[in-house]
Amino acid sequence: MNHFELFAIEPEYAVDLADLQVRYRKLQQAMHPDRFANASERDKLLAVQRTSQLNDAYHTLRDPLGRAEYILGLRGVDMQHEQKTLQDPEFLMAQMEWRERVEELNAGDFTAIDQAYSDLERETKVLQEQLEQQIAEADNDEAANSIRKLKFMHKLGRELEALEDA
Amino acid sequence: MAYSEKVIDHYENPRNVGAFDKNDHSIATGMVGAPACGDVMKLQLKISDAGIIEDAKFKTYGCGSAIASSSLVTEWVKGKSVEEASQLKNTQIAEELALPPVKIHCSILAEDAIKAALEDYKKKHAS
Ligand code: FES
Repeated sequence: MNHFELFAIEPEYAVDLADLQVRYRKLQQAMHPDRFANASERDKLLAVQRTSQLNDAYHTLRDPLGRAEYILGLRGVDMQHEQKTLQDPEFLMAQMEWRERVEELNAGDFTAIDQAYSDLERETKVLQEQLEQQIAEADNDEAANSIRKLKFMHKLGRELEALEDA
Repeated sequence: MAYSEKVIDHYENPRNVGAFDKNDHSIATGMVGAPACGDVMKLQLKISDAGIIEDAKFKTYGCGSAIASSSLVTEWVKGKSVEEASQLKNTQIAEELALPPVKIHCSILAEDAIKAALEDYKKKHAS
């Protein structure tokens, strides 16, 4: 049973998160190991395994990137994160500029940091919309590239957060 | 993470940091990024008409291993022919810097940056 089947929802990128949470809670209750207190050892073990699978599934589907990657995985696409580099010069040039911009930000300059956040959010949204369309159209290679690009955007987000905490 | 001495040396005193004018016809530029961590690297080669790499510069936004890897390869490729430079393998980098397995992708970044720069060189000189 794959993660989508587990929650009895369609394997699509657009997921109703509130609905997903409700389904998660229900399944969680049904599977709770306490309910198996008097069951056989084997059934207890099964209940524990199911619970961990359920948690796994929920965390994967709740996260937009995790969900997108999971859908591609179901379609037989392996993202090969560790091995594959991204070589899109235009995108990478923009990333370089982004990193330079973040590097030059001062920790105390909240106006500039806020501006950077909203710019980053806007660019991220464009990529997410592209990803959604590519997944819907089963344009899997392009979707994989969008996921890779979004990982760079998330990295920028973390860099900005680090700046705020500094 | 315990870094090896060589990594720390290259990280604290990176060689060849900087940039060339990418529009100069003797300059080849390679840009790569590692989705695994979101880090980016720009590596540039100055290549003579005879196809010898005369100089190299890099700018890396990444971890210590990535900075050390790019610093190391810019030293290595100087004086090499385009052909020789294209033979460079990330395993040589990883070995020289004693990188642990989780840091292999950082050395792959450096290998691919050289390759991307050599691609750019070929493109520029094809016409
Ligand atoms: S962790 Fe990103 S390049 Fe090393």
